Amino acid sequence: MSNPPFTNFASIAAPLPDDNIDTDIIFPARFLLITAKHGLGDYAFYDRRHGPDGARDPGHVLNQARFDTARVLVTGANFGCGSSREQAVWALAGLGIRAIIAPSFGEIFAGNALRNGVLPIVQPATIMAEMLRLAGEGAIFSVDLSAETLSVDGLPQVQFSIAAEAKAALLNGWDETDQIIHNFAADIAAFEQQQRATMPWLYRGNATQ
Amino acid sequence: MSRTLYDKLWDAHVVRDLGDGQALIYIDRHLVHEVSSPQAFAALRAKSLPLRRADTHFAVADHAIPTLREGGVIEDPMAAAQIAELEDNAHAFAVPYAAPDSAGQGIVHVIGPETGFTLPGTTIVCGDSHTTTHGAFGALAFGIGASECGTVMAAQVLRQTKAKTMRVTFTGALPRGVYAKDMALALIAQIGANGAAGHSVELAGEAVRALDMAGRMTLCNMMIEAGSRVGLIAPDAVTFAYVKGRKGAPQGADWDAALAYWRTLSSNDDAVFDREVVLDISTLTPRVSWGTSPDENCGIDEAVPDNAPSLAYMGLTGGQAIAGTPISHVFIGSCTNGRIEDLRAAAAVLKGRQVADGVTALIVPGSTATRALAEAEGLEAIFLAAGCQWRQAGCSMCVAMNNDRLGPGDRCASTSNRNFEGRQGKGGRTHLVSPAMAAAAAVTGHLCDVRELMA
Ligand code: SF4
Repeated sequence: MSNPPFTNFASIAAPLPDDNIDTDIIFPARFLLITAKHGLGDYAFYDRRHGPDGARDPGHVLNQARFDTARVLVTGANFGCGSSREQAVWALAGLGIRAIIAPSFGEIFAGNALRNGVLPIVQPATIMAEMLRLAGEGAIFSVDLSAETLSVDGLPQVQFSIAAEAKAALLNGWDETDQIIHNFAADIAAFEQQQRATMPWLYRGNATQ
Repeated sequence: MSRTLYDKLWDAHVVRDLGDGQALIYIDRHLVHEVSSPQAFAALRAKSLPLRRADTHFAVADHAIPTLREGGVIEDPMAAAQIAELEDNAHAFAVPYAAPDSAGQGIVHVIGPETGFTLPGTTIVCGDSHTTTHGAFGALAFGIGASECGTVMAAQVLRQTKAKTMRVTFTGALPRGVYAKDMALALIAQIGANGAAGHSVELAGEAVRALDMAGRMTLCNMMIEAGSRVGLIAPDAVTFAYVKGRKGAPQGADWDAALAYWRTLSSNDDAVFDREVVLDISTLTPRVSWGTSPDENCGIDEAVPDNAPSLAYMGLTGGQAIAGTPISHVFIGSCTNGRIEDLRAAAAVLKGRQVADGVTALIVPGSTATRALAEAEGLEAIFLAAGCQWRQAGCSMCVAMNNDRLGPGDRCASTSNRNFEGRQGKGGRTHLVSPAMAAAAAVTGHLCDVRELMA
């Protein structure tokens, strides 16, 4: 389904400094039994946000009232590595997160994020320590997708980059499936005709039953 | 022009070049499971879109399914509902489906190869990151999100960015007691959990050629733990012998034509890779992970680092020897090491021995067919005599979303692929090892060098 168009915004940012925050941490597997994609925000980082007794840990950044309105996460390298579960993105989106800043991302996660209107922003590790510190101090982060700029109170404005197609999709709220069917139906049919002629064994029906 | 295997597979599936390093890639095969498909089917319904080619999909429940399910009865109502939804969707969209109590059931990455659904030269996707497994056949196979699953169902293509290429050449011969799992862990320790990000990884060299298909699948399976979505091994006589005669394999004239094509699927001698890594395995020792990221692993004869943030979660002391660490659980199974060859390696160690007091050992075949084969070979009898639990096929304790999971503080020698915090259950501690090493831990009650148990 299409997303609302991505608009420029400014907000405080929640700092999560660890590297290698995987999708099992972002969305623990037992909640994968839920088949809905909305309303998953409560499960984001569940096991980090709750103690062994199930009580909310007031020490966790995402449990602190001052970060309730954060629309940005500032985090460590390889964020979203591991499982392909899109629930990780749906849960973050459910918390209201619209952009995530990290030195690098798990690839499947980054693609999933873009498809759900969440912008992954890669910044060099050298600048991340400052961003984490400023996020912790409540600095305002301003994201301008059209200009591909990120402004943080207390830092010079920085650029980020994004593939042209992904940017257009975000700005317009396009749905990838709809776009492909609308624009490339003839190409797909032509490919199938050619492949069926050269590799007919791929078109003999499903023999594995 | 000189091309890598990855280039050849990519080129053969470009529906439309989109510029900017992107292309629309045709998808030949899609494995569907209960966790990443409900939202994709829901998207089709919401858009009133048909599923384009039902015969290119195969659906099965593996993640949520309990491994204790006499007669296919699933007690957890949420798991039962999720699996029922998969079944309804498969029927509604005419997707071939293996029911929980059928002979075709198993982990997607085990049954795909077993049934010949996985073929060299194809593109294979699944809403699961360990789809890298199928690259062992010289297939371009990668994990996708649920939204992309919907795109494949509706359009049979995906927009993809072409990856850079990396070749990892394994030289030397595997020492006794050391396996493909150890090769994978050693590589990940060397290049890092993000070390192959953005790259397709071709695994090559004499040591890879010497592996059977199970070992090759283990190796490719783990490439996502190095950050790569794509692991590849050029198909050869070992591959073709494995595929031939399987249900989904081409027959007769089709087989001859397919084979002729598959034989062209290797990197040209003068192909240039963006990165080259060489790893000599002739002195490799069994590996064991000590931390909460797969690159945090060492030889069983080594000590854990003096300082690492994950040691606290793991309940380990900086600088301690990893061998001798007491364990409470053993898990042998998963799409990494749940194949018959893995079960045989575990049985060879467990034969005539007993699981140590206080250790729970779960042996979970990767597929129902593997389970039947293991029973026919007498492996089940060995496992039961040793005091192991012999379960029905599924993901089981690899992922804490079915009934098999660790409790807080439990410590497990596991043949799965991820030692993430909480991966096997909240507060659980995972040590990734080979099946033989897991079996050795089961009988001694602590992490130990399996070679000491091999006569
Ligand atoms: S066995 Fe584990 S890694 Fe493999 S598909 Fe199942 S949950 Fe994923």
